[in-house]
Amino acid sequence: MALLSVQDLSVKFKRRGLAPFDAVDGVSFDVEAGKIVGLVGESGSGKSVTSLAIMRLLPKRGNTIGGVVDFDGTDLLRIPMSQMRDKRGADLAMIFQDPLSSLNPVVPIGLQITEVLKRHRGMRGAAAENEARDLLDQVGIPDPTRRLHEYAHQLSGGMRQRAMIAMALACRPRLLIADEPTTALDVTIQAQILSLLDTLVHEHGTAMIMITHDLGVVAGLCDEVNVMYAGRTVERADRYEIYAHPQHPYTNGLLASIPRLDSPPGERLHPVPGSVSDNIPWASACAFAPRCSNAIGDCRQQSPEFKPAPVGRDHLLRCFNPVEPEAVGAAAVQQMATSPIPPPSNKEQLS
Amino acid sequence: MLRYIVRRLAQLVVVLLILSLLLFFWLRLLPGGPDSAICGERCTPEQRTALRSAMGLDQPIWTQYLKYLGRIVQGDFGTSGFVEPGVPALEVFWHRLPATIELTIAALIFALVLAIPLGYFAARRKGSLLDSTGVVVSLLGVAVPVFFLAYLLKFVFAVKLHWLPDSGRQGDINATRVTGFFVLDGLITREWDAAWDALKHLILPAIALGFIPFAVIFRITRGSVIDVQNEDYVRTAESKGLTTSVIRRRHILRNAMLPVVTVTGLQVGALLAGAVLTETVFAYPGLGQATQIAFQNRDYAMLQILVLASAVTYMLVNLVVDLSYALIDPRIRTR
Repeated sequence: MALLSVQDLSVKFKRRGLAPFDAVDGVSFDVEAGKIVGLVGESGSGKSVTSLAIMRLLPKRGNTIGGVVDFDGTDLLRIPMSQMRDKRGADLAMIFQDPLSSLNPVVPIGLQITEVLKRHRGMRGAAAENEARDLLDQVGIPDPTRRLHEYAHQLSGGMRQRAMIAMALACRPRLLIADEPTTALDVTIQAQILSLLDTLVHEHGTAMIMITHDLGVVAGLCDEVNVMYAGRTVERADRYEIYAHPQHPYTNGLLASIPRLDSPPGERLHPVPGSVSDNIPWASACAFAPRCSNAIGDCRQQSPEFKPAPVGRDHLLRCFNPVEPEAVGAAAVQQMATSPIPPPSNKEQLS
Repeated sequence: MLRYIVRRLAQLVVVLLILSLLLFFWLRLLPGGPDSAICGERCTPEQRTALRSAMGLDQPIWTQYLKYLGRIVQGDFGTSGFVEPGVPALEVFWHRLPATIELTIAALIFALVLAIPLGYFAARRKGSLLDSTGVVVSLLGVAVPVFFLAYLLKFVFAVKLHWLPDSGRQGDINATRVTGFFVLDGLITREWDAAWDALKHLILPAIALGFIPFAVIFRITRGSVIDVQNEDYVRTAESKGLTTSVIRRRHILRNAMLPVVTVTGLQVGALLAGAVLTETVFAYPGLGQATQIAFQNRDYAMLQILVLASAVTYMLVNLVVDLSYALIDPRIRTR
């Protein structure tokens, strides 16, 4: 039994004078304890909205949420808000994209950690402060005693994200949602933060949802990958499988657009043509069809179903005309899947 | 920090010097003067000349100014001619100051206590009845002139309904004076009836005076909370499962208060001007009323000390606002 089971989740945003917009449309996936599940897609694919819907952090007005978010036997979408507040921060925690704007600029870092400890673990005064210091130490922030009294603007980008992680892990949540946790950081810090998350999650047996647009991040970290497009999951498999046999033209396009170390000098990148604004509704077609080089007649007339892929095991696909799996070379798969995370260490150089 | 305060206080002295100079010359350029105010139309030219020379008005204006400065440094601001005839201007000032401070504080309390919670809840329930009512009332608040509102309040609640007194600071009560702040005096001496009576005298003038600040602070609070509640760090606070009261106090209001502090400071300056009108309407014996009397009767000594005092107040309030920024916003403190 999975710790978190998202079933047929949908989020519609109301629009004045227009039909509601399906930001998330029938998304289902499971997350087991100790596993990391990746949600991958470009901006507007619905991955962040999915995570906010799970946490019930979407604005109260202007949207309708459907489906089931089963967390350890409780449907999070149907419990009273007061119960949800008890779970947030304690059972489910979240890390956001930009640590500078996600930390309160006028509240010391220490207080932003101890307030969670007070709320959910009933800790007070010195006990809470000591625990906060230990947490900062665990996430590899040097001189934690001093940092407790500092503010977000006094910390470097990497340290801010470490502080966010300390805050999220303060109550040992069973599920951690990381929404693009490394996007705002530079590459070396990215790798440190990812390895830190990897270590902590595996140490504590925490389940994690990793939201990213970066397939490199997914390759190094996630057990299972869900590729999202225009609010629906278009391909799902474990990470080796998806890099070995990417079959959705969109997944394939994302992989091909990543610059590679072994490509000849001067070779151009291969972007996925078009943009999200070219989408057509899923209702009677494949939303990706206008941008797809593999599109056939069916793609614009019927909505493809999410069903087992022609090649590979436990591989689900939403496509009428999948790409031949050999399109991406085996060597590239090896490179992607074993890249680019350094061995975990808590005390490496901080920027 | 200390150096900063010292520098600001030095600036204050320079501004006061320039202001005293401008004020001195400008007052004397006005038609009429203390001599005509004292002896009126019926004076013979001889009497008038004698009066002018007795008051030192026949001397060159520069000499007059320098003598004036010299006296100020010794704490002599001249003698009031009309507000309280024959009493040293400085004494009149100190005597009336508590009345105006009491009124200003009451007006500010009225404005802040209403505006900040209402602004917060209007923002949190944007588009609700509370929100739209608040916006309309605050629009009225800035549009209605202070003296009109003052007369209206006085007419309805004092003259027609007799709920509250229509003028003065206190009725016929034999109250003990300690600080000059009548409400406070009543509390200190446990003369509850005196405190209550002084408070009743404060209510209408305080509402009249505090209405514009209320309207302005309400709008700023509302706008600021609308901005802040959509900030990422508020979502972070929500994601930590914090209680609504902690989110409101620590994560929304603390950030939303920055512009509110600025505007409140500016409004204290505006209160000085409003006090002239309000105190006149309610015959409230403070500095505002003194200003009006002094202006009408060319009481130079009084006018000079009053204008200088309001300049000092304005600049000190601004200094306090700037310092309180550092208190609220650590990003300014460490710079």
